[in-house]
Amino acid sequence: MRSGARLALAVITLAALVTACGVPQDSGAPTRTAADCGPYARYGEHPGTEVTVYAENRDREADLFEETWADFADCTGIDVRYEGDGEFEAQIQLRVDGGSAPDVAFFPQPGLLERFARAGKLKPASAGVVALAEQGWSDDWNSYATVDGTLYGTPLVANVKSFVWYSPKFFRDRGLEVPRTWSELMAVTEKVAASGVKPWCAGIESAQATGWPVTDWIEDVLLRQQGTGVYDRWVAHEIPFNDPRVIKAMDTVGSVLKNDRYANGGFGPARSMASISFQEAGTPILTGDCAMHRQASFYADLWPKGTEIGPDKDVFAFLLPGADPATRPVLGGGVFTAAFADRPEVRAFQEYLASADFATARMKKGSFVSANKGVDPEDAATPVDRLSIRLLQDPNTELRFDGSDLMPASVGAGTFWKGAVDWIGGASTRQVADSVERSWPSR
Amino acid sequence: MSFDVVAQQPKLLYLLQGVAAFAAVVSLILLALHRGPVRRRAAALLLLAPALLLLTAGLVLPGLRTVMLSFTGGGGDAWAGFANYVWVVTDPRALVALRNTLVWVVLVPLTATSVGLLYAAAVARSRFRTLALSLVLAPMAISFVGAGVVWKFVYAFRPAEAGQIGLLNQLVVTFGGEPRQWLVDSPWNVLFLVVAMVWAQAGFAAVLLAGAIRAVPGELTEAARLDGASPRQIFRRIILPSIRPTLLVVLLAQAIGTFKAFDIVKTMTGGQFDTGVIAHEMYDQAFRYGETGRGAALAVLLFVLVTPFVAHQVRAQRRAG
Repeated sequence: MRSGARLALAVITLAALVTACGVPQDSGAPTRTAADCGPYARYGEHPGTEVTVYAENRDREADLFEETWADFADCTGIDVRYEGDGEFEAQIQLRVDGGSAPDVAFFPQPGLLERFARAGKLKPASAGVVALAEQGWSDDWNSYATVDGTLYGTPLVANVKSFVWYSPKFFRDRGLEVPRTWSELMAVTEKVAASGVKPWCAGIESAQATGWPVTDWIEDVLLRQQGTGVYDRWVAHEIPFNDPRVIKAMDTVGSVLKNDRYANGGFGPARSMASISFQEAGTPILTGDCAMHRQASFYADLWPKGTEIGPDKDVFAFLLPGADPATRPVLGGGVFTAAFADRPEVRAFQEYLASADFATARMKKGSFVSANKGVDPEDAATPVDRLSIRLLQDPNTELRFDGSDLMPASVGAGTFWKGAVDWIGGASTRQVADSVERSWPSR
Repeated sequence: MSFDVVAQQPKLLYLLQGVAAFAAVVSLILLALHRGPVRRRAAALLLLAPALLLLTAGLVLPGLRTVMLSFTGGGGDAWAGFANYVWVVTDPRALVALRNTLVWVVLVPLTATSVGLLYAAAVARSRFRTLALSLVLAPMAISFVGAGVVWKFVYAFRPAEAGQIGLLNQLVVTFGGEPRQWLVDSPWNVLFLVVAMVWAQAGFAAVLLAGAIRAVPGELTEAARLDGASPRQIFRRIILPSIRPTLLVVLLAQAIGTFKAFDIVKTMTGGQFDTGVIAHEMYDQAFRYGETGRGAALAVLLFVLVTPFVAHQVRAQRRAG
């Protein structure tokens, strides 16, 4: 017994020693004497400092971000601590109220950014960020991160939402042309439906956010039917949510999405949308069980591994058409940086994120779209990204931001999403539009 | 991530400071009590002081602040009067949450306790009692979030032509039915959420009630049997009255827990499809929509609703003790 105990003790000691040796002694940034620190010289040196970043991106997306700024961190000596949280939108409020705000946050909705800016929690952008913003983005884009004339940050990611994903082979086999007008789109839809395949894939399940793909559809169609003026006034609640023009746009969308002959391809009747996640909803395109899936440029990342994107590959995308092929407004979305702290290293990091260098470096690592005028579309990872960047850089593009992201959160992320789900489930357009209108906060 | 002692040093230091401060306070109190003659009441007060202080800082003040917030607007600044309470009783979404909470509070304790009672009665005197009880207790070891995820899979929907991934729809399909969207179709979806909660809670009732049933004196049931009572009569006339206090405590505890139900709703439906409950609606309003006032009003309402149950629980325990 005693010798056994002694043996056990020896083993434990040895194990402890071995593991102690195995623990990395240096947890800080590895010292790297890289020759490629030249581009980072302008951000200065901040050895021994730390910047905390809080955002909703996790897993692969988070890794890609961290890989992208690894060189920046090494060269400036800033330890960038990234934290991704699927509950970002709710937790950021708690973090800030609780006095543990991150140094930098990536806001997926301008409305949320505005809330913190108005509460005086955010720090105005530094002169360096302002200069980069003016140089890199159109006034429209910068306006989304501007509150009462003060700029707080820059767009980090941009999405073009008005895409319709399809299979070029499916179209070729049936002699279908990519539609250039709304009526051509409906003709294609009817033709596919007549052949016994449901033309549209449209799952809208997205946990708490279930319904948002429908609101995107409505926004896109309103934009096409009524133009940017009416759209802007609707988003700002200068015309009521249930304005007849909005009702008309909803009914147009309903003629597609609430039609059991047209949706939901590969998954059953239109009502099945609420149970099918938007991520997997588009995959029946690959098996020919549906023809089209209206979804943003970021859907490029959601295809199963090995799916190739291109005009003659497995899948490709065209812009959702309007009445007139000459003018096609584009619905977009984006993520914005903003800082809760005003230290030199935080400013340096925010400036780096605002640079075209960052966007370019990130694009080279995989699907990513930036609205920065300084990026070269040729650097994009997929043809759809390339197309998106060209659209965003084209001064003639009439871009409008996702309306539900600009409305008060209790509407844009609340009653509008819920209303969209009820609507797909069978509620009438009038009923849903009226209830969203009633829910608008009076303040 | 590796645990770096050096990086954690400040935290360890805080911990040490905390422990030292605690020790200091305790010794100060003891010292004060030791010095000279102290009246009993004063001594009790002195001993209670730290706990009272923490209770005030951690419970009473936040509670008062919540009440104040419930009379303010979204940003927590502008005075809103009773607008938030009016909203609670008029807004369709809030009313759905109230209705669902009522359904939950009626159904969950009754069902979970009945299931637990039947199970406990069945296994209380069995040879495999321990095994059987640990089996039914197993769901309690899983968090509500885990239970929600598990049941979300059970209810998963796929169209008839595709392969089912949900247990329930697979059963339906096997017997020739059409798969249904269990979690989407209101108002029945509320019942399917309740099932998940009952599954997670029944074990708690079963274990407590099995203990109570075993505590019923054997002579009593023996005597009844000799008098010719059937097992059903023994259960109804002897066991049930004997375990009444435990039954009540279990019911109340379940009811209080059900009022706070949040995790299951959040993981299974996110409050969509008219499945919201007060606790979940409170979270959505306060944190996702920035409507702090409405969130606070719901919190106050929840507090008011749960108070009689807690009061009754406390009284029941005092009577038992």
